[in-house]
Amino acid sequence: MKNNKSITINGNQFSFRPEDTILEVAQRNGIFIPTLCHLKGTTPTGACRVCMVEVKGARSLVASCAAPAMDGMDVQTESSDVIRSRKLTISLLLSSGHHDCLLCPATGDCVLQQLAYRYKVSGTQFEASNARYPLENVNPFIIRDFSKCVLCGRCVQACNDIQVNNAIDLGYRGSAAKVVTAGDRSLKDSDCVFCGECIQACPVGALYPKDALNKPRYGETQKIRTTCSYCGVGCQMHLHVKDNLVQKVTGVDTAPNNGSLCVKGRFGYDFIASKDRLTTPLIRKKGKFCDASWDEALTLVAKKFTQIQKKHGSDSIGVLTSARITNEDNYIAQKFTRAILKTNNIDHCARL
Amino acid sequence: MSKLTLNDLTKIRKQTQGINTNPNITRLMICGGTGCHATGSIKVKQALVEEIEKKGLSDTVKIVETGCNGFCALGPLLVVQPEGIFYVKLKSEDIPELIQEQIINNTPVKRLLFKDPATKKRIAKQDDISFFAHQMPRALRNKGQIDPEKIDDYIARDGYIAIVKVLKEMKPDDIIKEMTTSSLRGRGGAGFPTGMKWDFARKSEGETKYVLCNADEGDPGAFMDRSILEADPHCVLEGMTIAAKAINANKGYIYCRTEYQLAIKRLKIAIKQAKEYGLLGKNILNTGFDFDIDIYQGAGAFVCGEETALMRSIEGKRGMPRPRPPFPAHKGLWEKPSILNNVETFSNVPQIMIKGGDWYASVGTEKSKGTKVFALSGDVNNIGLVEVPMGTTLRSLVFDIGGGIAKKRKFKAVQLGGPSGGSVPEHLLDTPVGYEEIAKIGAIMGSGGAIVMDDKTCMVDMARFFMDFIQDESCGKCTPCREGTLRMLQILEKICEGKGEPRDIKDLEELSHVIHQSALCGLGQTAANPVLSALKYFRNEFDAHVIDKRCPAKRCIAMLKFEIDPDLCKKCGLCFKSCPADAITWKKKEVALIDKEKCIKCMSCFDKCQFDAIF
Repeated sequence: MKNNKSITINGNQFSFRPEDTILEVAQRNGIFIPTLCHLKGTTPTGACRVCMVEVKGARSLVASCAAPAMDGMDVQTESSDVIRSRKLTISLLLSSGHHDCLLCPATGDCVLQQLAYRYKVSGTQFEASNARYPLENVNPFIIRDFSKCVLCGRCVQACNDIQVNNAIDLGYRGSAAKVVTAGDRSLKDSDCVFCGECIQACPVGALYPKDALNKPRYGETQKIRTTCSYCGVGCQMHLHVKDNLVQKVTGVDTAPNNGSLCVKGRFGYDFIASKDRLTTPLIRKKGKFCDASWDEALTLVAKKFTQIQKKHGSDSIGVLTSARITNEDNYIAQKFTRAILKTNNIDHCARL
Repeated sequence: MSKLTLNDLTKIRKQTQGINTNPNITRLMICGGTGCHATGSIKVKQALVEEIEKKGLSDTVKIVETGCNGFCALGPLLVVQPEGIFYVKLKSEDIPELIQEQIINNTPVKRLLFKDPATKKRIAKQDDISFFAHQMPRALRNKGQIDPEKIDDYIARDGYIAIVKVLKEMKPDDIIKEMTTSSLRGRGGAGFPTGMKWDFARKSEGETKYVLCNADEGDPGAFMDRSILEADPHCVLEGMTIAAKAINANKGYIYCRTEYQLAIKRLKIAIKQAKEYGLLGKNILNTGFDFDIDIYQGAGAFVCGEETALMRSIEGKRGMPRPRPPFPAHKGLWEKPSILNNVETFSNVPQIMIKGGDWYASVGTEKSKGTKVFALSGDVNNIGLVEVPMGTTLRSLVFDIGGGIAKKRKFKAVQLGGPSGGSVPEHLLDTPVGYEEIAKIGAIMGSGGAIVMDDKTCMVDMARFFMDFIQDESCGKCTPCREGTLRMLQILEKICEGKGEPRDIKDLEELSHVIHQSALCGLGQTAANPVLSALKYFRNEFDAHVIDKRCPAKRCIAMLKFEIDPDLCKKCGLCFKSCPADAITWKKKEVALIDKEKCIKCMSCFDKCQFDAIF
């Protein structure tokens, strides 16, 4: 059946799929509508009211992230009423806490900052609110700064809808509303598993990695795409690198992880630049490890394998591989074990 | 008891009618609503029981504890039936005299009768009191007439006839047609046509559907739904069952705030009795139709009166509104098609089924038909629960029924629709009660709260009060409501403290506009209404606060001097007597003097002074 339904956005007609929201139609057609609370892959909450658009005939402005596109809809994304509403909403958010961009680790990567700049809102229309809560820095990986929280609820959705850890939700009411764990305790005393999905979802600087304050900020680093080396899932990640050092890791919104990472992939990158890391093969000589070349080392290993094989038989050798290497490496390892070492004694740490 | 057949129901009705209307039996209808319980009607009832026993009148005098009678300010109330003699403010000590004179000598006790505030005359009969005379009880037709804890009493007043008619004779289409003809609109405040709402839910596909009753009455000064539930719980159950038949639902919930303990108790009794009679539960009246009702007690969050928040709350989640669509008629409770109506809406339904939609629509304005219940409170002489036909003017509501302003003061405004509504000034009092009519003047019909304010009320302070309420009750989900109402409150507080600047009024208007345009739910979208209407009709008071640093109504403490105007002072000494801090010196025939050092600014003297001499 041909779909003749169409929606008009800023004077241009577009077709749409059933279940499409106004925002989705706009995004697909390159029309910018700002969002703050919208988190891809979750049910829209319509909380921040930044994505409001004007729909002809509607009683009030409409949240484009939550409103389904309907046939004959006539939408304006930047009408004067829309801009008026957005500006005040941004202004209210800016004055709702301590949004001090100079000292904020999110600077350069902050949706509120971008919105303020785009709509030229300084946030000085209203007096800044006092910080109600102290910085929560008792957790192993995550710092929570409620004075920067705009209560968009993205972290709650990331935790509950995406990771399904259900460690946090909104608590209290009105302007006292806050993202809370059960009993409003710190994350370390909650069901949180520190996957960091919430950090990645946070559009401002309310949630950041524990060491972020001592690291270069967004604009100073270079993003390098790679595959996570921890397990075989193959999560795609961005390494944020400066001075040849990984400063931060974020998930890439693509298969297989769609932006998510686990606690290891997101926070466990210290080893890369660890002083204890082996950078060259070592051979024990007279009870002491000594630097060696790869040729030296491999020759030694090959010699020893051959000796053992001859003396004790092939099945006296076993090989353990690691989830931290790629499938291809693992394949080669089992090939080597079976074809060269001539034993089936090969196993993998994931079975242990 | 085994389940009733149609014949049993008719038999119960006739039997109970026979007892209840027997002219040889005097029925003492003692009000057992929460208001009268609070003023001591339980003790009065006990005294009645003892006295009747003592005098050996048990065969000819029956005591009936009814639900809320409506005239709450004068409790404990007692109506002697069948004569309809109306007694007010009874104490247990009054009972022996009352029984002796009223029952034995058949002469009303004059000192305990209602005294008309205007004429100062005592009025014996309930129907002659103007508070009652101008009313048209439909939703409240059983108030004060039945014992809400006895299903037979309800049946005797044509209760559960509608169910019989609906289940035996009507198809869902017929029910919805009748509802559409009645033009009944949601009495919770938004005024959505009930018939249309039910029709949407009926047409929604799905085997499981829900009928929900909103009894989460949260407006300050509103007690319509509580009173209906306390006085006539069965009519709500019957109304819900009819709705269930119309949309083909088998399960209903009444979402009632947990503070309404008496209402919940009576609802529980009513549900139990209806189930015992087979009027609720499986196979109702052997028609094969099943419908069950559970009560869900809400923790008292104002926002849970919003339909999507209410449903989330029943689901066991945090009560927060979600964007619509999907509308509840398609995806409501647990994502199943649901209808939500409030208590008053459901209580009108049985009558519409019996008497027909045309009968219901025979009164009212062009777009608002039937009657509306109001909880009349504030600075009005007759405080209580009233039901008037749509089209009644607000003036009639305040002055005929309400008996005008108390303490001989002047009317200033009536706040309709609680914190989502607006205040109506004197010159608009001839506006008729109706959804569109009231919306046009910047208020809303709301669920029926009507708070009357006299000339001692500061409209800036009133706006501040409602904004305080709203910002406290905002769920905190959407930015405009959470942050915007807080800012509005801060500005209003600043103005009340005498620190207002001209740009504050502009900011208030801008915030109001944007909150109305952008908030997620009805609570937010209407949050600025009290401020907007106050700004519209009482702009001079805002200007006086901001520019002259003066509170014309003398309510804003920061702008008061706490001095006495010797020209206005009548030297009566009332201020002196009321001062709890010994800050006022006064001698007979002398102007009083306030010692500012000692004064604690409690406003007692302001409230007592009848000559507005303190400033």
